[in-house]
Amino acid sequence: MTVETKLPYDKDYINQFSQDRSEPEWMQVLRLKALELADTLEMPKPDKTKIGKWNFSHFKHSAQGEKISSLDNLPVEIQDFLDKENKSENLLIQRNHSVAYASLSNELKDKGVIFTDIFTALNEHEDLVKRYYMKDAVSVDEHRLTALHAALMNGGVFVYVPKNVQLEVPLQVIFWQEDPELAMFNHVLVVADDNSSLTYVENYISNNNEKQTVANIVTEVVAHNNAKISFGAVDNFAEGTTTYINRRGVAYRDASIDWALGQMNDGNTVSENVTHLVGDNSNSNAKAVSVGRGKQTQNFTAKIVHFGKQSEGYILQHGVMKDSASTIFNGIGKIEHGASKSNAEQESRVLMLSEKARGDANPILLIDEDDVTAGHAASVGRVDPLQLYYLMSRGITQKEAERLIIHGFLAPVVSQLPIESVKEQLTQVIERKVY
Amino acid sequence: MAGSTLEIKNLHVSIEDKEILKGVNLTIKGGEFHAVMGPNGTGKSTLASAIMGHPKYEVTEGSVLLDGEDVLEMEVDERARAGLFLGMQYPSEISGVTTSDFLRSSINARREEGDEIPLMKFIKEMDSALDYLEIDKNMAQRYLNEGFSGGEKKRNEILQLMMIKPEIAILDEIDSGLDIDALKVVSKGINKLRDENFGCLIITHYQRLLNYITPDVVHVMMQGRVVKSGGPELAQRLEAEGYDWIKEELGIEDETIEQNA
Repeated sequence: MTVETKLPYDKDYINQFSQDRSEPEWMQVLRLKALELADTLEMPKPDKTKIGKWNFSHFKHSAQGEKISSLDNLPVEIQDFLDKENKSENLLIQRNHSVAYASLSNELKDKGVIFTDIFTALNEHEDLVKRYYMKDAVSVDEHRLTALHAALMNGGVFVYVPKNVQLEVPLQVIFWQEDPELAMFNHVLVVADDNSSLTYVENYISNNNEKQTVANIVTEVVAHNNAKISFGAVDNFAEGTTTYINRRGVAYRDASIDWALGQMNDGNTVSENVTHLVGDNSNSNAKAVSVGRGKQTQNFTAKIVHFGKQSEGYILQHGVMKDSASTIFNGIGKIEHGASKSNAEQESRVLMLSEKARGDANPILLIDEDDVTAGHAASVGRVDPLQLYYLMSRGITQKEAERLIIHGFLAPVVSQLPIESVKEQLTQVIERKVY
Repeated sequence: MAGSTLEIKNLHVSIEDKEILKGVNLTIKGGEFHAVMGPNGTGKSTLASAIMGHPKYEVTEGSVLLDGEDVLEMEVDERARAGLFLGMQYPSEISGVTTSDFLRSSINARREEGDEIPLMKFIKEMDSALDYLEIDKNMAQRYLNEGFSGGEKKRNEILQLMMIKPEIAILDEIDSGLDIDALKVVSKGINKLRDENFGCLIITHYQRLLNYITPDVVHVMMQGRVVKSGGPELAQRLEAEGYDWIKEELGIEDETIEQNA
């Protein structure tokens, strides 16, 4: 067995880190076991992308962030994300590893909704966290990075919506990595109990263009029977951050999990978004867009696994590639034996804006059941000259016409994001990345 | 001077090295409606596309002038801003771009930066044009031409025409695929624009559109040229007798430019 990189953090450090946060014993045990596993497990092997030389081990693990007395004191770049319509009533801002701001409306509190940082949740809602933390969705021992994540988890949130509670307004979290060397081992756990519904939106922001660090993020989303979860995200880590992000959902009977992911990191990124349709009649819409620029290498996997009968899965991935960026889009629809009458559809499209960019779309259907429907569409191409001609024939310049076509191409996710300001932010990020 | 003048002189156009237009001459002035008729495969749509600057068509000889300016030297968007408009036979579908956003970009493209059309004024104008063309208001928020029926696409072209208000419009088979009610509405939209500052070239191979839009001049194209011109009565004779008499008169056996040969 060979270990490619030596970890800078050992057992004593982790023990201390856990104790400092008064974590329950099981959490401490889980961390230490994970640390051992991290030494023995292999790195994940994303299809067609070599990540052996990526930086997953050089980072600073802990840093505090100051509290924010009022939202008006936030930097403008963060303020832009705030939900003006709902006055950011249900908002959590994590600055480095500290909760800088947290607000939850009394109405939701009274209904038993939990929306808090992961460390508070471990203390105040220990049983619930223990029930779900790396149990139903992601396992500690999948590979080295999941084990490292479990060992070094240093931030995140916990969301729980009780039975029969419907959330009308979105919950928003901003993860602000202010310290340029700080690693984010963020854990997001979202649980919707039977017949409940919620909308959750998260933003990752950093500015470390030169300083190198790591984001190793695990997100677990659980929709119990007949629950409905709408999950939106805009990832915007700067060039210096190497990102592994694993967002996984489990949908039980009649449940639905919809994803709208704006994957706009500037550094190397491996992102997997997997949904397990466990219950009969469960469904998922997994939509993701990305823009690759500079020399970044990215690997995106969108996967829906059908276990339940009559489960519906739809994957959409759209990517724009410029400069020398290189990106692989894997779309996987898997129908297990017994998941009869299920439907697995997917669409992956890559728009190339430069000769030097690389983009591959790999549509994969794995089907172990006869009585199902499935389909895929994949394409890699340039801006359609006839579309350009049409727009230009109305007087629109070529540059503006291309801009319209690119924004249109990425609209499936932008239009899905539930908070107007986040939509605008994503549009601006796209604008910045494309031009 | 009232309106603009579009002069097409001895225009030769090829697609993939095959010559389609073999010397077309036409002059359209502000205030005039011209119809170009002719059987399929005689070069009518090629004429429209070449004037607008379709990427697949190559002009090998001749000139196109708008108020004396060389149109062929201009990029497609410059042609549009100079005053040309082409209502297309097969408009592209642009996913993710709403009809409304597209229209606003088109209108603002003709205005100076800082002098963009005020949003309320735009919405008011668009709503009134939508009403005039009996188009469901939802269309404004639908993605441009995506999932539109044939008739909706044509109405949308006329909506753009009414909003953009060009000096010279070319309408390429704007009547194809329309039922009689849609045809009436589309004609109503085109007729509304009729004034001394607006010139229009209507390409069709059915006379029926000309029952609703009376042309000042009718041209017949065959073999990549204009072979006959006349007044509105020419269109009526074509409707009654077909094209054979012209072929006979001019000694033409095959009127097409053998596109499919």
